Amino acid sequence: MLHIYCPYCEEYREEEEFRPKGEAHIARPAEPEATSDEAWGDYLFFRKNPRGLHHEQWYHAAGCRKFFNATRDTVSYQILETYKAGQQPTVTAAARAAQAAGKGVAK
Amino acid sequence: MSDLSIFDVNPAAGAKSESPLAMTRVTVATVASPAKAGVVVREHAFQGHLILRGRATDDQFRAGVEQALGVPLPLKMGPLSRDEARGVSIQWMSPDEWLVIVPAGREFATENRLREVLSGHYAVMNVSGGQTVLELSGPAVRDVLMKSTPYDVHPRNFPVGKAVSSVFAKSSAIIRRVAEDRWELVIRRSFADYLYRWVLDASEEFGVYVAS
Amino acid sequence: MSQRNRLDKGGRIDRSRPLRFTFNGVGYQGFAGDTLAAALLANGVDIVNRSFKYARVRGIVAAGAEEPNAVVQLGATEASQVPNVRATQQALYDGLVAGSTNGWPNVDRDLMGVIGKVGGKFMPPGFYYKTFMSPASMWPKYEKYIRKAAGLGRSPKERDPDIYDHINHHCDVLVIGAGPAGLAAALVAGRAGARVIVCDEQEEMGGSLLDSREPVDGHPAADWVAAVLRELAAMPEVRLLPRTTANGYHDHNFVTLHERRTEHLADIAPLQDGRRAVRARMHRVRAGQVILATGTHERPLVYANNDVPGNMIAGAVSTYIHRYAVVPGQRLVLSTSNDHAYRAALDWREAGREVVAIVDARENPDGDLVAEARKRGIRIITGSAVIETRGSRRVSSALVAKIDVVGFKVRGSVEELACDTVASSGGYSPVVHLAAHTGARPEWRADILGFVPGKVKGMIPAGGVNGVMALAEVLADGVEAGCRALMETGYKAVAVRLPEVRKVREGKAAALYQVPHVKPAMRAPKQFVDQQNDVTAAGIELATREGFESIEHVKRYTGMGFGTDQGKLGNINGMAIAARCLGQTIPETGTTVFRPNYTPITFGAIAGRHCREFFDPRRYTALHAWHVEHGAKFEEVGQWMRPWYFPRGNETMHEAVQRECRAVRENVGILDASTLGKIEIQGKDAREFLNRLYTNAWTKLDVGKARYGLMCKDDGMVMDDGVTACLGENHFHMTTTTGGAAAVLDWMEMWHQTEWPELEVYFNSVTDHWAAMALNGPNARKLLAELTDIDLSREKFGFMDWREGTVAGVPARVFRISFTGELSYEINVQANHAMQVWKALFEKGEKYGLTPYGTETMHVLRAEKGFIIIGQDTDGSVTPEDLGMQWCVGYKKPYSWIGRRALTRPDTKRADRKQLVGLKPLDSKMVLDEGAQIVLDKTLTIPMPMVGHVTSSYFSPTLGHSFALALLKGGSQRIGQTVYLPMADGRVHAAEVVSPVFYDPNGERHHV
Repeated sequence: MLHIYCPYCEEYREEEEFRPKGEAHIARPAEPEATSDEAWGDYLFFRKNPRGLHHEQWYHAAGCRKFFNATRDTVSYQILETYKAGQQPTVTAAARAAQAAGKGVAK
Repeated sequence: MSDLSIFDVNPAAGAKSESPLAMTRVTVATVASPAKAGVVVREHAFQGHLILRGRATDDQFRAGVEQALGVPLPLKMGPLSRDEARGVSIQWMSPDEWLVIVPAGREFATENRLREVLSGHYAVMNVSGGQTVLELSGPAVRDVLMKSTPYDVHPRNFPVGKAVSSVFAKSSAIIRRVAEDRWELVIRRSFADYLYRWVLDASEEFGVYVAS
Repeated sequence: MSQRNRLDKGGRIDRSRPLRFTFNGVGYQGFAGDTLAAALLANGVDIVNRSFKYARVRGIVAAGAEEPNAVVQLGATEASQVPNVRATQQALYDGLVAGSTNGWPNVDRDLMGVIGKVGGKFMPPGFYYKTFMSPASMWPKYEKYIRKAAGLGRSPKERDPDIYDHINHHCDVLVIGAGPAGLAAALVAGRAGARVIVCDEQEEMGGSLLDSREPVDGHPAADWVAAVLRELAAMPEVRLLPRTTANGYHDHNFVTLHERRTEHLADIAPLQDGRRAVRARMHRVRAGQVILATGTHERPLVYANNDVPGNMIAGAVSTYIHRYAVVPGQRLVLSTSNDHAYRAALDWREAGREVVAIVDARENPDGDLVAEARKRGIRIITGSAVIETRGSRRVSSALVAKIDVVGFKVRGSVEELACDTVASSGGYSPVVHLAAHTGARPEWRADILGFVPGKVKGMIPAGGVNGVMALAEVLADGVEAGCRALMETGYKAVAVRLPEVRKVREGKAAALYQVPHVKPAMRAPKQFVDQQNDVTAAGIELATREGFESIEHVKRYTGMGFGTDQGKLGNINGMAIAARCLGQTIPETGTTVFRPNYTPITFGAIAGRHCREFFDPRRYTALHAWHVEHGAKFEEVGQWMRPWYFPRGNETMHEAVQRECRAVRENVGILDASTLGKIEIQGKDAREFLNRLYTNAWTKLDVGKARYGLMCKDDGMVMDDGVTACLGENHFHMTTTTGGAAAVLDWMEMWHQTEWPELEVYFNSVTDHWAAMALNGPNARKLLAELTDIDLSREKFGFMDWREGTVAGVPARVFRISFTGELSYEINVQANHAMQVWKALFEKGEKYGLTPYGTETMHVLRAEKGFIIIGQDTDGSVTPEDLGMQWCVGYKKPYSWIGRRALTRPDTKRADRKQLVGLKPLDSKMVLDEGAQIVLDKTLTIPMPMVGHVTSSYFSPTLGHSFALALLKGGSQRIGQTVYLPMADGRVHAAEVVSPVFYDPNGERHHV
């Protein structure tokens, strides 16, 4: 039972109020008719399944009915941030790597 | 050609309206008087319910709503904008969605009034037939709510005047705390029988009184 | 019957309240405050069960949740049967009826006992796998026998009269365990004004303080407990939950608590104010911080015949004496690896019974308790252990020998000590179970010879579970945990004075788990590790020899920890034995994980109030009461209750449907269509949005018109359909399928919010706001004309138009759309006014033969027309073209609408895709089974290539024959062919492939 911060309601709410909608940031190709079958297939069917940081789309079904995104660690289940649709995550694998490199010695 | 079809769905006269709870029967043991009850349940049927959509960032929209309804547009989740004497309230449902409740029969006039003052990208939709309001009062209401919704109804998180949408039993409801020991549930018509009987069942152990 | 093991004074029982109870058909007496186990021990009941696999006699071993043997079947009546109740956790009440869970035909004379006596050679680990797995066909027979022989209680056959529920909590601090650490932490958190929940699984809060020998602030420890509980109870934001087990620790500090509210009072919950009390309640707690103060479980030592009744864990002996004034024997031998267990011998002696000897595995024990035992003249045998007990139904003696702990061998001669009770202690295992539920791996601490909880965000372990054992330090650890929890939740701690507690010096414990025997483990009498699952040290040794090296594999192979006790007593010993056999350390071997629930929980508490009439919400239309009154049979569609058919008199369903079908085709019928999803759309980009959402074009739909639309997912597969009407240039009224309403609205929101936020459009569900009544049939116009001010003439109100007006005086939108192929008007009114309109239609409708019809008739009528039903004739793998609905696909629309791109993929263009066709059975009375598979050649045998399946199938009174819709490979090219439908019973039906439109193909009937 996750405890999820809705960036629109600006409150933590119980998981029962939400529905998971899979990987976030799956943009529909801007020119579908100019997109190859393979690229269209990737857009439709292929999703990441990372161990660790994952950006997911969630829907606040029983609350404000807004779609938003969450960065969740698929190992610890900790949610590191939630952010509105259209925004970009700040917690990313790349950002973490850069931070670790910047600090010199990663723990 | 008109842009919108606006019409009064209430009959001019002689309507024999039925609330969503018209067919519901009370099957739990009730207590004889409200004084003995941990929970008093009362339906406030037939009020006008309008869904208002628009841009909260639009100054004209905000001003127009306040002008039309006489209460300010709430801009974030939680605080209910309410004039109890006039029976008017606005509830934040989403960053671009509000629930407006007005006294019975006032929904068409309210919609027209909003349309007079608003312009640009907005919407008003009448949902009066689709929902009803249950009022719960009494010392055990919080316990009943705790049995029913995962939302935190403790006074520290749910002060008087707050309104939220959440899961309620296996359906959903809008939960509004209108006074210290008085709460409202706004429920959908088709789920009304289920939710009403759920509330009675969950209240039974505290003593429940059904007020008319 | 006398309570021969009961002391005259002491204990926390109420001797003025004797209680009668029955165990295995024999009546006994106990006292208020007893657990069932305490009362059984008081009465000298040695044998409480037969073991699971070997059917050996078993007695009570422990005093709490860790008890492996005293697992009983509870209940005086069939309806109140509860299986797998731990007698150690069941409070005694007057009239309690319990029995052994295992034992066939009974606990004292057990057929399976023969196998148990013959020994482990015949039932090694994997016995069932190895013996019974082949031939597979025999398994059902074996299983029946094994189940009967094994058994772990039974569920009631009658309906449970009790009620259960759930309650949701949010708190700042959840304290799990109300022993010294938990109470100290709760006091700190409570005084600061935090929202605190304290739960404890026992009948009384206080934990180890209730059987402590140490005074607190110069008074009995229980006095301090009582004072703290009084203070906590008076705090408005503190909730005390005794008899409440934290059973599951889930993500983000969500903890489920199982509260037993009336199980200590009676078999069935008593009435309170004439109302039945809630028997058990599941508390669903979202906690800011969890203080885990679950303490420790004492580990028994593993020695030969350590399961003979009379073998107990040392701490349980102390608990029975202190709390229940029960001394469970006469002559005690204590076998220990540590100082702390000496309490059992001291308590035993103080109770006036004989301590034969304390057998200590250490050469030079020297702590305060050791000194006290010496001072009292108790014989202490050092460097030794009990290696075996003797006795068949109760311990009669203990074999004691010098042992080499490190070398794992017996070093000297064996001495036999006559006794009836052997208490053992191999140390204390922190109760890490809950923390492990979150996935946190327990961590080994060599200094305490135990696993402590892994780190969990928001969890603070305190006291025994944190590896802190001495009482003074436990209290301090609790205070510190309370302060940390306050800091984390933003409260300011108020100073708390720690009570005065004597410091008891304890020596270092020996790392002893399995005790060596003079014979190798494989030859020695059984040394039980997990008594509930009959797992022995030899079994674990065998498992490691057979190549099971991972502790998780050893667990699954031997069954260790699989019982209802989840191996609370045995797991660490089992791991230690596996480690020894594998030549590894315990941390290298690792531990198994634990999962919810910590202890068994009644299904009632899991179901809560969500059962019977509240199992699933039932949604009703505004006309439901009329349907009920008129004898409708209902069908559940999603959560909606829809009239299925309206039988008259003794009509069968078939007869009723035939009559309703004829009424619609010949006169006029009416359907409650209120359940259809309805979505109001407003905004200047509404039309553009519809163009992108639907497969067909909406640009030219005029105000006053309606159009059928198909929706696809972006993979090109049909997801929903419905009619959408243009109410104004910027205003549409969309209908969806009944089942798809919520999903379609969510779908629209998703596309709007995440892909096309620039479109100025808003949607909202108005499903419940409008009631819809579909008037169908050649007399529809005549009937409606009597009640409406709308001009119904063909010229003014044509097919696929909608009009506004009044019907029976009620404002209405009327849509001339048809799902039956007949002249049809769908009347929409505000739902509160629907009943009066419906009744008015029936008042005027009698002379036209107005007939209410249900979903079954609707299905027949629409299928005759070849109209699809989403989810029946489609299954998420069907394109519009597969349905022959090319006419509904706007390839020329400028925007690449949802699904368009996918429809040009090679796979969606294949000629041999399954396509919608009609089937006309050659036997005109034969109604094919929906779901029946289609083949092209009736002479084939299984496996045969299947080329399609029946999706809808009915008998049509209008056509006079049966018919079906089907999805058939290359179906559009097979019109006129005969296909075959082999059935499970061997029959093969034949049908002709025809057009899916069976009736009025040119639509002449509704264009009137």
